[in-house]
Amino acid sequence: MNIIENFDLYAPRLVDKKEYLCSGHRACQGCGEVLGLRLMCKALGPDVVIANATGCMEIISSMYPSTAWEVPWIHVAFENAAAVGSGVEAGLKALRRKGKIADRDVKVVGVAGDGGTMDIGLQALSGAMERGHDMLFVCLDNEAYMNTGIQRSSGTPMGASTTTSPAGKVSSGQKTWKKNVPEIMVAHGVSYVATACPSYPLDFINKVKKAMKVKGPSYIHCFTVCPTGWRSPSEMTIKLGRLVVETGIFPLYEVEDGKYRMTVEVDQLRPIEDYMKPQGRYRHLTPDQIEIIQDRVYQEYNKLQDKINGLHAWSDLQYEWGLFD
Amino acid sequence: MKRVVEGSQAVAEAVRLARVGVISAYPITPQTHIVEFLSEYCANGSLKARFMRVESEHSALAALIGTASTGVRAFTATSGQGLALMHELLHWTSGARLPIVMAEVNRALAPGWNIWVDQTDSLAQRDTGWIQLYCENGQEVLDTVLQAYRLGELVNLPVMVVLDAFFLSHTYEPVDVPEQETVDSFLPPYEPKFQLDPKDPCAFGSLVTPNIYMEMRHSIAQAMDDALRCFPYIEDEFEKIFDRRYGTVEALYCDDADIILVTTGTITSTSRQVVNELRAEGEKVGLMKLKLFRPFPVHHVRSVLISAKKIAVIDRNFSFGAGGIFAQEIRAALCNEPGHPPVYGYIAGIGGRDVTTDVIGEIYRRTKNSEAPEAESIWMGLQEV
Repeated sequence: MNIIENFDLYAPRLVDKKEYLCSGHRACQGCGEVLGLRLMCKALGPDVVIANATGCMEIISSMYPSTAWEVPWIHVAFENAAAVGSGVEAGLKALRRKGKIADRDVKVVGVAGDGGTMDIGLQALSGAMERGHDMLFVCLDNEAYMNTGIQRSSGTPMGASTTTSPAGKVSSGQKTWKKNVPEIMVAHGVSYVATACPSYPLDFINKVKKAMKVKGPSYIHCFTVCPTGWRSPSEMTIKLGRLVVETGIFPLYEVEDGKYRMTVEVDQLRPIEDYMKPQGRYRHLTPDQIEIIQDRVYQEYNKLQDKINGLHAWSDLQYEWGLFD
Repeated sequence: MKRVVEGSQAVAEAVRLARVGVISAYPITPQTHIVEFLSEYCANGSLKARFMRVESEHSALAALIGTASTGVRAFTATSGQGLALMHELLHWTSGARLPIVMAEVNRALAPGWNIWVDQTDSLAQRDTGWIQLYCENGQEVLDTVLQAYRLGELVNLPVMVVLDAFFLSHTYEPVDVPEQETVDSFLPPYEPKFQLDPKDPCAFGSLVTPNIYMEMRHSIAQAMDDALRCFPYIEDEFEKIFDRRYGTVEALYCDDADIILVTTGTITSTSRQVVNELRAEGEKVGLMKLKLFRPFPVHHVRSVLISAKKIAVIDRNFSFGAGGIFAQEIRAALCNEPGHPPVYGYIAGIGGRDVTTDVIGEIYRRTKNSEAPEAESIWMGLQEV
């Protein structure tokens, strides 16, 4: 019995019943991103400050004077959730140092979409991770600029049609492969990096809880289905989140102290058509083009397996360990 | 105690004395000495602050917006290109009503890669909602940083303390560096009016519709008006403790002057000498130094200038297609006064070129010998190219 089945049996009762991101917000029907955010908040609990980049989640949760947030929340422009989070963390530490607030753990959590993380926010994210702030950063990746109307980002997958990478007579949609930000975070020496998807809620919650325990920076890349942007039926959100994992397009894994581990094992990868077919953004692709993408998925999946099989935890890589003989 | 310190160190000493909690900055010439001094103070424990060495000026200010939102006193410093990179968040800081203080060392903007003094960088940010205070010497820099925290925290607006590159930032002068207890009696610990706190969760930076955005902007405008009203009272308190005051503007020999020179920054010091010499020769010349630029002290400016026959404004800055920026503002301040004196605009010292006593003397004579302004702006000392 694998670990996830164990959680399926026992953990639901342990999930916080309180909602820290309340209903009444303005997200689209079937929004995977807001579901991810809600689950994240349940895992975090009340002792947090959220630094939210501009994007769908900021817009739908905050229209003045109302707010969906039951925890302290700050939005400061698009490109700087990680920088703002760093400053909040420094501020809270200063208040504790001066004895102005109780000496308890308040976790700072940066939240941004794929654009706010992978494109315009990458520099600020890199800076914050390098400086080692006690901060969790969660990328809610729905693979395009959905808030502004489905424009491509560096998180948009090859072949997907968006309003700025439209499929046409001489174009087959997005022409580049998705940027691998979790790997960039591992390269920063971040001691906890994970991928997640709200279609696997307990896996996600578990990862958020692990990340919270890290004293220093941690990063979770959360895959979130966007029915509006992907032109997929809203009732298929959870199903698509499962299919993206079952096809191996977005494997769920974690990297603890440099050691890779698959958290959701898939015995036999399903063909990627199963995942792509219900989505309008892939409708124009020819079988040849799908085959090219399928090959890449296998390649990336094997690269990951290689790391899982081959890499050691950083703490094991001492001089005495013998690699230098 | 009087110490011989660099202008940059005067800034750093003031930041230390203000008991700033978090500093966030990115190095850029000629601001670097400020952050080097502050890093040293943090490293040797004389300043118990967190120094965040961020990866850009944009993140420097973003981080401080986060810090100030937790209710902690915050400081940054920058120059030229760095200030330009911060532009988006300058608006954000004032909109979020956060009393962050910044030392801005005036530096020319590129291309024509130039690290020397030019005020166009800070003046290009005049509409961002920051209070702007221009300084003449090291003592004024130190005093102004302390006043800036009092003023900013009172009206909930950010404050830019502006000083000339090299002529001020890198010049050593005797400066009275006060004792910590004395400063504490002027500048109490920061009591934020709102903050990020899990015990009382608030949401900052929300989506705002046309329904209420205009009222929010109006409240910033009112805070600026408050700043103008409050500054003299803060100076009163400052004077009681430190026996020094500067005023929103300083008027020298203006009461009976036919021609008044208007200056900012270090050009003022040179102009003092020129004006004294001209007075000795019997010339009826005055000098008005502009310290507070945002909010613009319209009434003070008017009352000083209105009875003169001619005004000559020296701008170490330029708005292309319009003119010297201080001259524009002075004209605007006078335009509704019947019979106001003509305003002559002179452009001098752009990109760090020296503004000598000769240049200022020539500006005076040119103004005196001219019937009316020949142009919006007269560029001084242009070479044939």
